Amino acid sequence: MTTDWKTGRKPQLIILLALIAAAAWWFVYRSLEPFASWFAFGLLGLSSGSRLGAAVAFFVFEAPKVLMLLGVVVFGVGIVRSFFTPERTRSILAGRRESAGNVLAALLGVVTPFCSCSAVPLFIGFVTTGVPLGVTFSFLISAPMVNEIALVLLFGLFGWKVAALYAGTGLVIAIVAGWIIGRLKLERWVESWVYQSGFGGAAAGAEAPLTWGDRTELGREAVRDIVGKVWPYVLAGIAAGAAIHGYVPQDFMASIMGRGAWWSVPLAVLIGVPMYSNAAGIIPIVQALLEKGAALGTVLAFMMSVIGLSLPETIILRKVLRPPLIATFVGVVAAGILVVGYVFNLVL
Amino acid sequence: MESRLIEILGSGCAKCEMLAAHAEEAAKELGLDYAVIKVKDPSAWARYGVMMTPALVVDGQLKLQGRVLSAEKLKELLALA
Repeated sequence: MTTDWKTGRKPQLIILLALIAAAAWWFVYRSLEPFASWFAFGLLGLSSGSRLGAAVAFFVFEAPKVLMLLGVVVFGVGIVRSFFTPERTRSILAGRRESAGNVLAALLGVVTPFCSCSAVPLFIGFVTTGVPLGVTFSFLISAPMVNEIALVLLFGLFGWKVAALYAGTGLVIAIVAGWIIGRLKLERWVESWVYQSGFGGAAAGAEAPLTWGDRTELGREAVRDIVGKVWPYVLAGIAAGAAIHGYVPQDFMASIMGRGAWWSVPLAVLIGVPMYSNAAGIIPIVQALLEKGAALGTVLAFMMSVIGLSLPETIILRKVLRPPLIATFVGVVAAGILVVGYVFNLVL
Repeated sequence: MESRLIEILGSGCAKCEMLAAHAEEAAKELGLDYAVIKVKDPSAWARYGVMMTPALVVDGQLKLQGRVLSAEKLKELLALA
């Protein structure tokens, strides 16, 4: 498949344009905060101490900031992912031993393009070509949980420490849960037709290598696709965040979801697992909970169980997995999330 | 008139429907004699080595997976088959 839509341009010109675009992006990004203050307190004449003023300034700063970050990161991730096709990931993981295989699979889960709608063909492709079951699960756990939208939003709203904590613990859960599933030897609970289906891997490898033009196109496609889909959630979430920021009393959540309430972590997981939302929809809720006194571990556990485990995904996986294996998968991951929640509430 | 067998591999998700619609549009514009078949059986996807849906197979050859292209770009893939 050759699709050279951009080969007409010289590489020097592309690099120059990219530099100019990056400089313009940085300039606009740096101007957002002064612009938001000017807009709320200068142009609209709101008082800087007022609730409405705080809410408006918050929204006018956060909304473009998060959308700009999202655009850049999704574009970058789109390009990175053009180097990591599922086909390549599969061949890297095929025949790997467990342990090292689990670590590699969890890491590749972050950079390989994945959509839960493709969980079934991916699962078949992996297990029929020699990727161990537990290693496959490490991939299937980390891919939805540690995703670029979650990381960008966490970084944009809470800083790099929370984003890094989330990514790190997400990876650990994927590695350990996959390893445990591998140790339990649950292959008999994979639908028997799966191992019998022949996987024609050669066909997919026959594609022509991508040019840089193709990769930029893929990045832009990702931005259109992802940012085009999630921006209303982001705006709605930030609007809700702005209202909470201005109006809800401090420490409102502390008694319900604070560190003192030991039962809040299991409750968060119990509520979060059947819920399904993309990261863009859940993070504003997370922000609201945190700001009003909920404990970080509880909130991370809630977020992980919403994004990492979902009812629709388990229903999709039912095509290839028998119920006991699905139950084990959900149980092991939920237990991991529970541990993460408690550990953070204790340590932080 | 040249003929093409266009297979759309996918579970019937929104993106699969979109790819099917674009492929049909492209085939019409190229004036092809075509048939579009939606393949929903995962073991059939595996035979083509597909790990991302939706995927496009033209006359038994895998052309595209995990992406939805515009009708304009799909024309190239359909014309080359």
